Amino acid sequence: MSGPQPEHRGQDHAAAEATAGAVAGEIVEQERRELTPMQRAQRVLHKYQALAPLLFLGFLLVIFTLMSDRFLQPFNMSLIIQQVTVVGTLAIGQTIIILTAGIDLSVGAITVLVSIIMAKMSDGLGVPGIGALLIGFTVGTSCGLLNGLLVTRLRLPPFIVTLGTLSIFFALNLYVSASTTVRGRDMDSLLTATAGKEGTLKIFETPIPLASLGMLLMYVVMTYVLKYTAWGRHIYATGDDPEASRLTGINVNRVLVSVYAVAGLIYGIGAWFLIGRVGAASPQVGLSYNLDTITAVVIGGTSLFGGRGMVFGTLLGAIIVGMARNGLSLAQFDPLWQDFTVGVLVIAAVTLDQWIRRVSA
Amino acid sequence: MTAPATTNDLQPVLQARGLVKNYGRVVALDHANLELYPGEVLGVIGDNGAGKSTLIKCFSGAVIPDQGEIFIGGEPFDLHSPSDSMDAGIETVYQTLAVCPALDIGTNLYLGREKRKPGILGSVFRMLDLGGMREDARKEMSDLGLLTIQDMSQAVETLSGGQRQGVAVARAAAFGQRVIIMDEPTAALGVKESRKVLQLIKDVRDRGIPVILISHNMPHVFEVADRIHIHRLGRRVAVVTPQSHSMSEAVAIMTGATESSMTDEEMAQPASVMAAA
Repeated sequence: MSGPQPEHRGQDHAAAEATAGAVAGEIVEQERRELTPMQRAQRVLHKYQALAPLLFLGFLLVIFTLMSDRFLQPFNMSLIIQQVTVVGTLAIGQTIIILTAGIDLSVGAITVLVSIIMAKMSDGLGVPGIGALLIGFTVGTSCGLLNGLLVTRLRLPPFIVTLGTLSIFFALNLYVSASTTVRGRDMDSLLTATAGKEGTLKIFETPIPLASLGMLLMYVVMTYVLKYTAWGRHIYATGDDPEASRLTGINVNRVLVSVYAVAGLIYGIGAWFLIGRVGAASPQVGLSYNLDTITAVVIGGTSLFGGRGMVFGTLLGAIIVGMARNGLSLAQFDPLWQDFTVGVLVIAAVTLDQWIRRVSA
Repeated sequence: MTAPATTNDLQPVLQARGLVKNYGRVVALDHANLELYPGEVLGVIGDNGAGKSTLIKCFSGAVIPDQGEIFIGGEPFDLHSPSDSMDAGIETVYQTLAVCPALDIGTNLYLGREKRKPGILGSVFRMLDLGGMREDARKEMSDLGLLTIQDMSQAVETLSGGQRQGVAVARAAAFGQRVIIMDEPTAALGVKESRKVLQLIKDVRDRGIPVILISHNMPHVFEVADRIHIHRLGRRVAVVTPQSHSMSEAVAIMTGATESSMTDEEMAQPASVMAAA
């Protein structure tokens, strides 16, 4: 027999353990090394994901307040909130999709399609307001479901699926609407009840449309769902590491399909808010939402690589964009600088995310 | 087809018969058999690409074999997904660990079987007991002596490789009711943590839960295993014990330097029968 004798083995172990003990000691020393201020900042930003957008929002508030007296007025704040309401609502759906490491380019198309269907149901077919709403929500959910099924069944990248459905839903929208706008007064009043004169509350002298309150409520609900329910945790897990999630028993495909469907429902509600905000349902309005929602999500600190981020950040992201546009306009910059600024913000936010993700053990 | 069940001790807890798995033209499993008996640690060794990981993934539901049958407690079982296997009481520590780096330790431990709060908060609002899960995670990690981490809300990606492996091992130890499978559980561990995991494997066996240990580390396998299943070219070629064979003899069989002439009946025997023979 050429195998090592048991006594030998024991000695080897003892020796190996002694060496390893010394090595472990060195590792502990390394871990105790002082962190540089940059590393410390990186860790804090990694732990508190909303901190970066929150600080930036504060920075914008100070800058624009200094640049214009009108900026901090209640009326102007109300204007910003009204302007971000629809994008902010839709961005909730975009956030949960991006958390799964997906992306949805068809947001705007679904939203416009739903708003047109709601309006046509009420105006052309005389369906009561509540019926038109529910049909609209169903259509939104179905559109999202279709995206989810294409992503999971055909195993196509979400980018490609939603690029395709973007065109499909938009074409359907043109077909259903016959490329014409439905005026608000031709619809059931429920469809336009989320904004406008009747749909706006005065809170501390600040006019706040019901749609904006609805959006805030949806943020509260989604924050709860993501943090405190198993479904929410599974969304993060799926985006973070789909294979690990599968091995721990999560039905990854079911999570994905449900996320796209829920996002579709959220777009349906966003479509309702859109009708209220515009006071009409137009087949051309709202296509810019495709990219605007992604902008809000990214500036809000949610990672495009999935598994990292929060809806509260998205709300901040949407407000940051709204505030930057509003502040620049009050400071009398040419509107082209608004787009320029938003572009810089997106690139800066993704750069920051990349850096934060590299936090080491 | 069932095992020769004369007494309860001779009834395998887990059994694979004739598993075949092909990936295109690559044969990962070629009519592979395996028996795991109550209260034993079964070491599984084999060269790289011998099909060890594929074999154990058939038990954990992560791979569905093309042919063959799996028996759990003598009953044939169809494992279609990892959750089927987990429901049957089989827990696996994967080589890749299968932890989600961005999620915290408590969440990772309970991933896929989260604990809800009692009462209306849990039933209607589906609220998870985050505090309770973290508390359990802390208890489990410190029971294993793997607790060098204080904060259970820390993201797994901020842990060292060894600590991450600790999380994966703790999860399996906490939930394994019937069988625990460990695929290279000490690969990323230092000597100290490796000792703890080896001790854990013995503790789990002494609690009556059999363990399958896949490892390249021969001293570890020879230290804790009651029987050693040698896998070569997609199938079992020999089953030895640390008493009957030395490490180098086992390695010789594993690499094909020595031909084994064991019959399948001989290889399917529990350790007590092997020792008596």
